[in-house]
Amino acid sequence: MESRLLLDHELLNHTLDRLAFQVYEQHLDVNNFAIIALQPRGVFLGRRMVERLKRIYNVGTINYGELDITFHRDDFRRRTEMLVPSKTNLDFSIEGRNILLVDDVLYTGRTVRAGLDAMLDFGRPAHVELMVLIDRRFSRELPVQPDYTGRVVDVVSDETVKVQWSENDMENKVILFSSTKKA
Amino acid sequence: MTKLSTKHLLGIKQITKEDIELIFRTADNFKDVLNRPIKKVPSLRDVTIANVFFENSTRTKLSFELAEKRLSADVVNFSASSSSVKKGETLADTVNNILAMKVDVVVMRHPNPGACMFLANHVDCSIINAGDGAHEHPTQALLDAFSLREKLGDLTGRKILIVGDILHSRVALSNIFCLQKLGAEVAVCGPSTLLPKHIESLGVKVFLDFRKALQWCEVVNMLRIQLERQEIQYFPSLREYTMQYGLSNALLAELGKTDIIIMHPGPINRGVEITSDIADGKNSIILNQVENGVAIRMAVLYLLSGQVKPTS
Repeated sequence: MESRLLLDHELLNHTLDRLAFQVYEQHLDVNNFAIIALQPRGVFLGRRMVERLKRIYNVGTINYGELDITFHRDDFRRRTEMLVPSKTNLDFSIEGRNILLVDDVLYTGRTVRAGLDAMLDFGRPAHVELMVLIDRRFSRELPVQPDYTGRVVDVVSDETVKVQWSENDMENKVILFSSTKKA
Repeated sequence: MTKLSTKHLLGIKQITKEDIELIFRTADNFKDVLNRPIKKVPSLRDVTIANVFFENSTRTKLSFELAEKRLSADVVNFSASSSSVKKGETLADTVNNILAMKVDVVVMRHPNPGACMFLANHVDCSIINAGDGAHEHPTQALLDAFSLREKLGDLTGRKILIVGDILHSRVALSNIFCLQKLGAEVAVCGPSTLLPKHIESLGVKVFLDFRKALQWCEVVNMLRIQLERQEIQYFPSLREYTMQYGLSNALLAELGKTDIIIMHPGPINRGVEITSDIADGKNSIILNQVENGVAIRMAVLYLLSGQVKPTS
């Protein structure tokens, strides 16, 4: 399997900084703002955003939750492997808040659809935006577009994009894997 | 592991420790869901479940039905009193008729031991045993162990005592299998007439003296005397049973064991096997058991339905 490095550690850090400032630009009122990261892999981006935004806003805490979407997926009984649900931690009210939904890779859009549904079980937010680190353009199956994008990548369907985080993959980086060799 | 090793839940005997742990992990998530403002997820919205009850049940049926509805499944209920069973139809025919209406999962309670196993061999769908005679009641054992795990953590080496009518109790048998698979030590206690012969071959300790048994254990699960299953008299009178095997605060205080955790699968006969002060006391996890029942049944339904592929 061939692999290509899309973002190395340093570039990824710059991208995260930029994303944080873009969020800051749009949300000057930090009190009515909250970040909800999608389990399992969106939480690494979510936690990093919280870290950066705390510094930018110069505040002690930012409303931050982690949301599991397993029970809202639309491919239950249709996939061969069952998915293990992760933990949901949402200890604030989302009612009337401005929510930033965070995930690592946007591909078909189905995960985000499930995330929206799972989130709405907790209340009715005022406004919801989407942040992704990698946007795999041209592979959408649902009409979902991000508001904040780390990097747009054009890949064909037999290629995979993997975001690695230091918490479980040793190093922060984004790699593109192609399963077939190009002629 | 992300998948159960079995297509049916017929008994705890047939599943592995890994299965039990997977069910517990999934139930943790569903317990979360049950504490949300909207206590419902859409996972089973294309799954139809039939609750087929050939024997009376309030709690188990309600708990299953709630679990099914909270998973967004379509539910049909069928009870023997209002069915064609009375007209002489066989079990396999009854269930096949229900399945012809495109049902994916059958939850069944039946007075005969092995009825669910029989059905699993003869019809093509997932079967969940909600109690078959005096044989097994797997979801009750799972919710009991789950509630205990919540209270005590890992159950390895924990000493758990089951008291009462072991002979007629499916809860006892399923509990023995489940707790032993999780590494706990299990003992049973009751009048010798209500203990099955050779029960020690299951690897359980047997006590005839309730006081000695209480000295030994950390957790006591008090079973109800099932008068409706007792065709002959197994003990002289209920009053005598209560004096020998009834649990009260006074008895625990006398033995210096006031920290024992109290369980009961319900329905409680207050004043017979257990006094009200104990049943409602601080060490009682009886209502936690009921609460966890829904989460455990959601987990079982979710994991088993995940293996039934949709018919296109």
